[in-house]
Amino acid sequence: MDGVTLRTETMTKVSMRQSLATLAVVGLTLGTLTAPAAAQNRDPAYSAARAAGQVGEKMDGYLGYVTPAAPALRAVVEDINIKRKAVYADKAQANKATVEEYALTSGCLLIAQTKPGEKYQAPDGSWQTRGNGPPLRDSRCP
Amino acid sequence: MRNPELTRSANPATNRRMGHGSNFRHRALLALPLMGALATAGCISVNAPDKPIVIELNINIKQEVVYRLAQDANATIESNPDIF
Repeated sequence: MDGVTLRTETMTKVSMRQSLATLAVVGLTLGTLTAPAAAQNRDPAYSAARAAGQVGEKMDGYLGYVTPAAPALRAVVEDINIKRKAVYADKAQANKATVEEYALTSGCLLIAQTKPGEKYQAPDGSWQTRGNGPPLRDSRCP
Repeated sequence: MRNPELTRSANPATNRRMGHGSNFRHRALLALPLMGALATAGCISVNAPDKPIVIELNINIKQEVVYRLAQDANATIESNPDIF
């Protein structure tokens, strides 16, 4: 009887260790998977242009040029806008809305999420620098 | 002798007057299409504005729709940090 109980105890200990080991492995793999996803946030050229105020968030949900952009930056921004449109189109269809409706809604949120110093387009079409207060947004924005 | 001369001289005078009158009427008739063209040109210029309609369509995105999509759009932005 004693021998059996000892065996079961060792078995449970082993299984616990194994489960802990598997948990650790799972945790590590998750960490390695999420780390690159977080790292590939923005193209460095895009984040630099955004911080410098060369590029801003437009009302329609796309990026716009505040100042005339060099071809290299223009290529990066156009690529982002194409990708944005693809995402908007996909999500708009899923939500039974038009691409323009989904894009405008996103534009509202993206302007709200701009950080102080970044550029955004006001309802009158002018480029504004985000201050510490709320941005000037379309009356339909949530 | 005097009468035919008088009648001859009188006839061309009346003819000329009649002629003047008919010319004036003809000119007025010829001017009618021109007047009509001017009138229709005015009508076309009134019917022309199409651009405001396009702007109205853009404005037609209703606040309700924006509010309905806001939550989903926020999730979309968060899940695509590389392009937003």
